[in-house]
Amino acid sequence: MSDPEHVSHKNNSTPRFLIALLRLWRDASFRPLFMQGVVVLVIVMLGVWVINNTMNNLEHRGISTGFDFLSQEAGFGILQSLVEYDESHSYGRTFVVGILNTLLVSGLGIFFATVLGFFVGVARLSSNWLLARLASVFVETFRNIPLLLQILFWYFAVLAALPHPRQSYSMGDAVFLNLRGLFLPRPIIEQGLLPVMVSSLMAIGLALLFRHKNRQRRIETGKPFSGARLWMVALLLGIPALAWSLSGASLVFDTPALKGFNFRGGISIIPELGALLLALTIYTAAFIAEVVRAGIESVQKGQKEAAASLGLQPGKVLKLVVIPQAMKVIIPPLTNQYLNLAKNSSLATAIGYPDLVSVFAGTTLNQTGQAVEVIAMTMAVYLTISLSVSLLMNTYNQRVALIER
Amino acid sequence: MINHELKMIPAREPPIMAVGVLAWFRSNLFASPLSTLATLFIAYGLYLSVPPLVQWALVDATWFGADSNACNRGGACWAFITARLDQFIYGFYPEEQQWRPNLFFAQLALLITWLVVKATPGKKWALGYSLLLLPFVSWFLLYGDLPGLVKVDTHLWGGLMLTLLLALCGMIASLPVGVLLALGRRSNMPVIRSLCTAYIELWRGVPLITVLFMASVMLPLFIPEGIVFDKLLRALIGIILFQSAYMAEVVRGGLQAIPKGQFEAFDSLGLSYWQGMIMIILPQAMRLVIPGIVNTFIALFKDTSLVLVIGLFDLLAIIQAGLNDPAWLGNSVEGYLFAAFVFWIFCFGMSKYSQRLEQQLHQRG
Repeated sequence: MSDPEHVSHKNNSTPRFLIALLRLWRDASFRPLFMQGVVVLVIVMLGVWVINNTMNNLEHRGISTGFDFLSQEAGFGILQSLVEYDESHSYGRTFVVGILNTLLVSGLGIFFATVLGFFVGVARLSSNWLLARLASVFVETFRNIPLLLQILFWYFAVLAALPHPRQSYSMGDAVFLNLRGLFLPRPIIEQGLLPVMVSSLMAIGLALLFRHKNRQRRIETGKPFSGARLWMVALLLGIPALAWSLSGASLVFDTPALKGFNFRGGISIIPELGALLLALTIYTAAFIAEVVRAGIESVQKGQKEAAASLGLQPGKVLKLVVIPQAMKVIIPPLTNQYLNLAKNSSLATAIGYPDLVSVFAGTTLNQTGQAVEVIAMTMAVYLTISLSVSLLMNTYNQRVALIER
Repeated sequence: MINHELKMIPAREPPIMAVGVLAWFRSNLFASPLSTLATLFIAYGLYLSVPPLVQWALVDATWFGADSNACNRGGACWAFITARLDQFIYGFYPEEQQWRPNLFFAQLALLITWLVVKATPGKKWALGYSLLLLPFVSWFLLYGDLPGLVKVDTHLWGGLMLTLLLALCGMIASLPVGVLLALGRRSNMPVIRSLCTAYIELWRGVPLITVLFMASVMLPLFIPEGIVFDKLLRALIGIILFQSAYMAEVVRGGLQAIPKGQFEAFDSLGLSYWQGMIMIILPQAMRLVIPGIVNTFIALFKDTSLVLVIGLFDLLAIIQAGLNDPAWLGNSVEGYLFAAFVFWIFCFGMSKYSQRLEQQLHQRG
């Protein structure tokens, strides 16, 4: 490869500095450095150019820069807020409200999508032809229709067709469903409830301890305590029940009631949240179902047969052999789906659910005009969520890989 | 010699429950009490839901009419769709110029058949044309402003035409960028590697909607005053920025599947990095990632519907807008079902195609 000498022999007329340059260019340690230097230079120049343009543009449009706007009064209302909020709060507060609403819909969506997704995924592998077909149709339908379309469909076509508050669908005069949303009773925590909760926690702790001891004993002697499971249930239910009867606490619900034009009291779920949650759950569940199916199918048949031939019962085969191996395959793509769901929750803006994008990158951006700061903050939030989850995922993958061999 | 004839005793019929329809029913629908219960439950559910649905969507439906009043048969009002079909396909594209989108559709149909049908010759040319010329040819065909072609402003574009155009241009433009990013992420040069990784992780970590917002409100700030990008172009830039990151990860998967020996082999032949990549590695890697590319294309195709939030009228947005027409109020179910049907046909077709490709790859490997 080192043929500068060779070249110089051929054409003696080539100037020496050109040969030196050529040699430098072919130097395996110099060339990468040079290339990287060029790339960095180009990017820095591009960055300076963009920043310059932005500054000029902002100045011409009379838009101030910086993060001072965060402490200014927002002056607009937000449909749903998990923390105290009204028009007099600051733009910074709208940011917090938006993040919390995004986290709320993502958390709920992840829970429901996981439940539905696992169910459909297992149903697809069912030996019942009709059930398996139905699950396939579910997956192939909802996976191939844009999420935004599904959100709009639930919001404008289905939930908008619900009756007015006076003609609400109701269940036992406690749960109401109408055009304005879903209204549920809310448990009121009274003083007596505290001992019950504390004792429940204690019971869970004791049960875990018992399980640990039981496992230890089984490993040492081969014989678990007889009726261990029964004892656990007794522990978990007995202690809180005892505390309940001793303290004489009562569980009181704040039930929603029709007052004026709408229901008051209880927990209300606004239709925007309902539609978004329905669409996110169904769409993501279709993907999770595929992940689950692939995971279960990845466990080789021989594994199940080997477990069965060792004398394990079908339930134990599933619990001890199939699921642990399938989970290893399922969890990484499953996390990916969770992240997708969190990112997809930003489509809320299309129907006006007050999530981060809708409140902050929507209303706040329009009112302040500070596009750069607002978009950067919004992106930073999603980026933080994504990166921290993938960091967790990498650690998990490493742990799983270590256990494997 | 044995004189007497050998006679086969005719085989006895298998038990009636072991073969045929009955056996199939037994093992697939009524294998256990639980299975039987599930079968009955689902069958009852289908009995309750399917006949009324067919009644509504087909039997009682109104197919043609001038406004909502024509739909008085109690069924679906498909008249809303048929009356506005033109708009759903072409957007606000002037009627006398609609041969141009038609030509665009015909060109796509031709290319797709050419590429998908196995027997056609010269696939290389079709692929080359699609990757290099198709976006530009389509753009100039639709935009015009050339001798013989009247200019049609992009704010008149819409409907299915816009959806297809956004998805195709976004895809084709992000392919080379994605390949470069993927190569960069696997490069030995630390600065290049970390820059590419940062770019990929940044765009993959944020929702497309924020990217579109960024493209529509921040991009005009980044360029010198006086240069104006139109809205469609800005959305396209956002889509390309976003999509190339996903493309890069797909291509990286293919690169990782190429055995190390291939890299060492081109090195030992004295090929340079780029020669080796272009002649040895990428042809093999790209063949492996075609199913992955089709899958990201499906995702992108669905995601193009997001341009609704920045005020472009793609298929979904134009149907959504049509629903607010006073003459056609109350047809939202029909409108959304139609949009869903169109999107579904495209996505389902592509996903079947990608599955077929994957099977072929497995067979070959």
